[in-house]
Amino acid sequence: MEAVNAGYLRLDTVHVALSALLLLANVLLSWFLRLGLGARLLVVSVRMTVQLVLIGYVLDWIFSLDRPLEVVILAFVMATLASVAAVGRTSRRFAGVYLDSLVSVLGSAFLVTGISLVGIIDVRPWWDAHYLVPLLGMVLGNALTGISLSVDRFVEGLEDRRDGIEARLALGATSWEAALEEVRGAIRTGMIPTLNSMAVMGLVSLPGMMTGQILAGAAPGDAVRYQIVIMFMIASATALGMLAMVALAFRTVFDRAHRLRLDRLRTPTDWIAWTRRRLPWSQRSG
Amino acid sequence: MALAGPTGSGKTLLLRAIAGLDRVDEGRVELSGRTARQWSPPAFRAQVTYLHQRPALWGGTVEANLEAPFALKTNANRRFDKDRAAALLDRLGRKAAFLEARAANLSGGEAQVVALVRALLVDPRVLLLDEPTASLDRASAARAEALLASWVAEEPGRALIWTSHDPDQLARATDRRIDVEGWKP
Repeated sequence: MEAVNAGYLRLDTVHVALSALLLLANVLLSWFLRLGLGARLLVVSVRMTVQLVLIGYVLDWIFSLDRPLEVVILAFVMATLASVAAVGRTSRRFAGVYLDSLVSVLGSAFLVTGISLVGIIDVRPWWDAHYLVPLLGMVLGNALTGISLSVDRFVEGLEDRRDGIEARLALGATSWEAALEEVRGAIRTGMIPTLNSMAVMGLVSLPGMMTGQILAGAAPGDAVRYQIVIMFMIASATALGMLAMVALAFRTVFDRAHRLRLDRLRTPTDWIAWTRRRLPWSQRSG
Repeated sequence: MALAGPTGSGKTLLLRAIAGLDRVDEGRVELSGRTARQWSPPAFRAQVTYLHQRPALWGGTVEANLEAPFALKTNANRRFDKDRAAALLDRLGRKAAFLEARAANLSGGEAQVVALVRALLVDPRVLLLDEPTASLDRASAARAEALLASWVAEEPGRALIWTSHDPDQLARATDRRIDVEGWKP
């Protein structure tokens, strides 16, 4: 890797500061159109910079330690944050949703990343942070989108079509039979972003990871092969994560007597939602 | 049997509780000496079928709606009989072409007819009817009453539990009456 590292131009603080001038476009736009986004822009820019600088230090530290324990701990922290973020993007919650999300995110991302590291890319040792952290990060970031979309669509479908679902139950359907249409719709919805991005990849969009590898001096052909592998990893982990999340949600919103239990739903009242309402600039647009 | 009482007195809740769609705080529901749980709730509901006040139809045609319950596990040993469906619809004043109509385009009364036929086709033993003719005109309501009366008479062991805002209808259609005196939840 060292030989490759010489292939790119290093950026120091001055370069980064210069790039911040590009935000003048946003500031001026906000000024002229009176969008009132100036303060928010400042906050999110500073926030993003701090987050990235911090994770840079953490990664430096973990790479230098070169020990499995710290890498695995970082992986758990990343998965936990992803699972919280997945819940944060849903508009309807139920008891145990955070735990369900953690189980789904952790299970799907670790399984797929693990199989890929060991069985496909053949990384040795398997916990090598140069591979594990970015690959897991890519998988988590995309799986959480699918998971939050699908579970939101699932619960929304149950609420919107409650009468039809109860009509099925009343005619002798099991809760699974009654919910199947909604499960299908949820999984379909959750897969759409992945399918869409796969469809245009290479034509309209040059994916970030591939771009990064090329900037770092990798041969485009090598970068492309990594990108293909990562997209298949993402598609697989998203599907597994959604399936787990929707199945866990299903167990909560139906009970063992095959009753639809929408009384177990609630609108978000936890501290994350509270923070969102109180601090408008902390809303994320993604 | 009739359930009578003012709006909000809990008639619907009682019917839903009998069908096991809502939890009951007290009391038990048995069919042939076995509770819903002993039957397994789906098997119980296939015999004690609740008809919603607002009929809920699924996507597709009327025929698809009538056929859908036969895809359920609990009805695995039964087949959808289109002729019988058409005959039941005919008795409720609907022509055979009605089977091809899109469920989404039906009026409230037509949807009630479809929901009633859908429930009758799977041969329950007890029908829990929640205002089954609320959206029907007088003639259609009379046809529905006649159909239900002959359905009960056809086989021993069949029963109707019926709510309605029309006391005359309850008197005509039922032989016992329970007044639900607005219990407060």
